[in-house]
Amino acid sequence: MLEYISIIITAIFVNNIVFAQFLGICPFIGVSRKLSSAAGMGAAVTFVMVLATAVTWLLQDLVLNPFGLGFMQTIVFILVIAALVQMLEIILKKIAPALYSALGVFLPLITTNCAVLGVAILVVRNGLNLGESLVYAFATAIGFTMAISIFAGIREQLARTDVPAAMRGVPIALICAGLLAMAFMGFSGIKIG
Amino acid sequence: MNSKLRILYNGIIAENPTFVLMLGMCPTLGTTGSAMTGMSMGLATMGVLICSNVVISLIKNLVPAKVRIPAYIVVIATFVSVLQLLMEAYLPALNAMLGIFIPLIVVNCILLGRAEAFASRNGVVDSCLDGIGIGLGFTVALTILGSVRELLGTGRIFGLEIYPESFGSLIFVLAPGAFIALGLLIALFTKLRTKEA
Amino acid sequence: MKSTLVNMVLSLGIITIIAAALLAGVYTTTKEPISAAQLNKQVEAIKAVTPAFDNDPVSEAIEITPEGESTPLKVFPAKMGGQLVGAAVESYSSQGFSGDIKLIYGFDADGNITGYAVMQHAETPGLGAKMDEWFRSPEGHRSVIGLNPATSNLTVSKDGGDVDAITAATITSRAFLDALTRAASAFAQLSAQK
Repeated sequence: MLEYISIIITAIFVNNIVFAQFLGICPFIGVSRKLSSAAGMGAAVTFVMVLATAVTWLLQDLVLNPFGLGFMQTIVFILVIAALVQMLEIILKKIAPALYSALGVFLPLITTNCAVLGVAILVVRNGLNLGESLVYAFATAIGFTMAISIFAGIREQLARTDVPAAMRGVPIALICAGLLAMAFMGFSGIKIG
Repeated sequence: MNSKLRILYNGIIAENPTFVLMLGMCPTLGTTGSAMTGMSMGLATMGVLICSNVVISLIKNLVPAKVRIPAYIVVIATFVSVLQLLMEAYLPALNAMLGIFIPLIVVNCILLGRAEAFASRNGVVDSCLDGIGIGLGFTVALTILGSVRELLGTGRIFGLEIYPESFGSLIFVLAPGAFIALGLLIALFTKLRTKEA
Repeated sequence: MKSTLVNMVLSLGIITIIAAALLAGVYTTTKEPISAAQLNKQVEAIKAVTPAFDNDPVSEAIEITPEGESTPLKVFPAKMGGQLVGAAVESYSSQGFSGDIKLIYGFDADGNITGYAVMQHAETPGLGAKMDEWFRSPEGHRSVIGLNPATSNLTVSKDGGDVDAITAATITSRAFLDALTRAASAFAQLSAQK
């Protein structure tokens, strides 16, 4: 149990996917102008990340490893994630139109979200078992959602601030992200168990 | 300007993937702790980009429109895997330093973006030049960012001491410094470009 | 080209088959260099930390569990003309700032520390990397080279020991010495066996 709590705290705060690992920066910058869309993106990422990690972990364990096909990892994982996102889009449209209208626009963007592929590869590289992998994926996604939501809140305020012309938009947003990352550094070194 | 040169110029300055298009942010921030790692990441990406651009422009008429994206992904992923294997075999130290960012080249928006926007509409030679131009633009950007961070953080560029390390501000080598340095560099680039125009 | 089901499936299939074939080819040609590179890294590290040897420490490696612990460490005996002249011990510490650190320590036959090499760490970049130079630097009481774990107190001076900690990285330094103590304890068992 303590192990899982440790994984969760580490993934959300200490090793935050955005601020410490630099994964998922594109949506972090691209979809963070409004708090509502940031939260939507976070939810969609959570959904896909857990599902994708489950499928890729099983594939690695049941297909790639037994047949010595480890070198096909990158190609297989990215295709699985792309297919998964497509399927999810079709299924959601059919059975949960409300959820689809909330998450739908974000789904196509997720295929090239490096956080999803990154987590799928990381859990294999770090030798986590299926349970740990799923907990790690979920916690990482929560960390992402938290990061992008905080950041969107800041950017909503930033939009009304008068900054020098060259700094407007992405540059000032990046500097704010840097300051946020500094705040998150305060969590480093925390250990549980 | 000659049209071939134009393509190169476009990739390095006018459509610089980092400073103008702002694509491929993850490796840009994650691998620029030093000038050396930044440059290596840029070169690795450039290699894959040139290969994938050439192959995609070769097969562009053979792939049905509806499945072109998955086809491009397979092409890009193949070259990324080849690169991964070659680096593991011949440059293990560098491979360990760049870590997860090597397989993640496959989801670098620059690659799929160039495949879709350029290679699928142009001939082989132009696509190759576009790969070189954009790849060089990315490499130059990562090398600059890496040099700035290394210099401010440790007083060195490419390991060469410029001023004593104790005057450096370590934060620039760490995560927050990556965001801040990139933000300032993009602002500077924007400023210079708007002045020029 | 028109997007009919047949040519969609066909073209994707062909591309995938070509891709897989290419990859398999590259994989078979790089397989040997990759395992050689991994082995080489270990051999290089062992060579760097131990006295000169003429045997193959990797194939003669044994596992020794330090007293009071459950995880065995890999010990690579270095021999010259069949005589044990020292050993390299692959050790770890989970007391680092973030994640485990892994190092290889070298000892001579008398148990003096002859060298070390950092294999893996996730410490703060810039600070953690200082491990590589700090503990062999002749300045002050930084160096552990030449010290004997049996006669020296291998803790940081802040904790009353004989070794200066890395400036601003006491935790990393403690982890380094923790791994070193573990390695020394395994080496002591090896030399006691002989």
